[in-house]
Amino acid sequence: MTATLTPVKKRSALTKGQLPKWAPYLVLAVALVLSAAIMALIGFHAFGWGLVSAILFAAGLVGWSGAVEGSRKAKDKLATCLVVGSFLIALLPLVSVIWTVLVNGLPGLMDPGFLTTSMNGVTGAFDNKSVEEGAPVVGGIFHALIGTLLITLVATIISVPIGLLTAIYLVEYGNDRPLARSITFFVDVMTGIPSIVAGLFAAAFFFAIVGPGTKTGAVAAVALSVLMIPVVVRSSEEMLKIVPNELREAAYALGVRKWRTILKVVIPTAISGIASGVTLAIARVIGETAPILVTAGFATSINYNVFSGWMASLPTFIYTQILNPTSPSNPDPSSQRAWGAALVLIILVMLLNLIARLIARAFAPKTGR
Amino acid sequence: MSKRIDVKDLNVYYSKFLAVEDVNINIDAKSVTAFIGPSGCGKSTFLRTLNRMHEVIPGARVEGEVLLDGDNLYGPGVDPVTVRSQIGMVFQRPNPFPTMSIRDNVLAGVKLNNQKMSKGEADALVERSLRGANLWNEVKDRLAKPGSGLSGGQQQRLCIARAIAVEPQVILMDEPCSALDPISTLAIEDLINELKDQYTVVIVTHNMQQAARVSQKTAFFNIAGTGKPGRLIEYGDTHTMFSNPTEKATEDYVSGRFG
Repeated sequence: MTATLTPVKKRSALTKGQLPKWAPYLVLAVALVLSAAIMALIGFHAFGWGLVSAILFAAGLVGWSGAVEGSRKAKDKLATCLVVGSFLIALLPLVSVIWTVLVNGLPGLMDPGFLTTSMNGVTGAFDNKSVEEGAPVVGGIFHALIGTLLITLVATIISVPIGLLTAIYLVEYGNDRPLARSITFFVDVMTGIPSIVAGLFAAAFFFAIVGPGTKTGAVAAVALSVLMIPVVVRSSEEMLKIVPNELREAAYALGVRKWRTILKVVIPTAISGIASGVTLAIARVIGETAPILVTAGFATSINYNVFSGWMASLPTFIYTQILNPTSPSNPDPSSQRAWGAALVLIILVMLLNLIARLIARAFAPKTGR
Repeated sequence: MSKRIDVKDLNVYYSKFLAVEDVNINIDAKSVTAFIGPSGCGKSTFLRTLNRMHEVIPGARVEGEVLLDGDNLYGPGVDPVTVRSQIGMVFQRPNPFPTMSIRDNVLAGVKLNNQKMSKGEADALVERSLRGANLWNEVKDRLAKPGSGLSGGQQQRLCIARAIAVEPQVILMDEPCSALDPISTLAIEDLINELKDQYTVVIVTHNMQQAARVSQKTAFFNIAGTGKPGRLIEYGDTHTMFSNPTEKATEDYVSGRFG
């Protein structure tokens, strides 16, 4: 064979002094193995393994990068490690909650009649039977689902007009007047009101107006609107503020009155943001427990009338099922029902968030050609 | 369908700040009048007082008289909405309503005021206004599409169509071409030339060639220094203003020797 001139494969001068692309993966593998070894010495623990691996990975990658690439790149890598680490820590409880609720809630949700029956007539005897003889768990959350939906609906009907009109006053007519400034201040204060205080306010209000012991869905709806109004005001105000003044002036210049300009130009332009803000406000109050407990009580049967009688809701259903199981000697069926209700509640909130996004997209000003 | 404007001893304020001082000017009907002058000299502010858009800004007010064919815009009991429906305005940046189609943008002045109009009348008005703004041929096949999908120049002509659809007496234009390329500018200037046969047009511009091309009369505004009020320095035939102005400041400004 004759000697041929094979081109020497060398790295480009422009990429000199860089870590190879696979460097992080190598460091990660080494960190995992090393920390597993350390864990084996002091007793294995999954959480500790992850923590030690993360520390070793960060130290290894930053150190290697500092040696090869210089201090600027090493600092960059350190910042990346911190950002990704914080992200994972933030994600951990979220994933954990969803996972726990899914695992515990699915069996309950799979029960026949879980979504379509109430707890009316379900006694401890049924639960004892299901635990001792393996009979299916009876009873469901239909009454609580109806209660939650009705109470939230009434709360929305109360809060949206008040909240939206307040926001319109603040943005279009307030002009930083003392009244507008004090409204803004009190709305901010209201945002921080503990929900139980809102519940006590509504209860006391109706006790004084209607009579002592008045507990209905409507009282709960009033309590929820106290929590909801500030959220609606805030989000609508922000949305109305970002409507460009040019559009208002364009309408004025056509000889359009101010209230018509607001109704037909400003609100349609901001409606997507307002609608998604309202949906998020609903999602915020749909899981409230304490105010409903003191205003609507809890019921085991279906009640469609928000103006009379106690009313169940998903959060109070979960609360009572866990705290006072239907069968005190065999709490498992009750806890299964509670987890199922929790899963339904989370699905409701997720659906609401999804709806908020869809609304925002559907109402957004179109930009087609 | 056009009226003249006479301004007498007008002072314009933002709260306590005097922005424009002591303006006296007579604007002829069916002609184009251009306002020129350096930035911040109050031309736009003054223009906005001519259809009471100035007072939309909190704290803004005026002293003096603006007469539209003899009727004082600032007289007691005069509704600014009535004034604005007679004196239309086109803004510096094209601002079609983003939630409306091209057709609805043209009909905005009618629809937003809830005036009833049959479909046939509305179609005729849309076509007449868009033809008046030289935009009909470009958009006639896509009237249902959103107005924000048009190019900047087309959007500005859409805004002009929207302004003339309410059949005003006067059209005010606040630097209508400053955001546009030369071709769109030419289209708008041609349009202004046609508009003056029917309307009284007042235009603010930073482009002196534009003022010379489109206007019959020119008003030169200037400011003595920051914090001082703007004043009307000279007002006369455009030709005279550009070739043989009386005031030294005007000559310096139109010949580019200013400042």
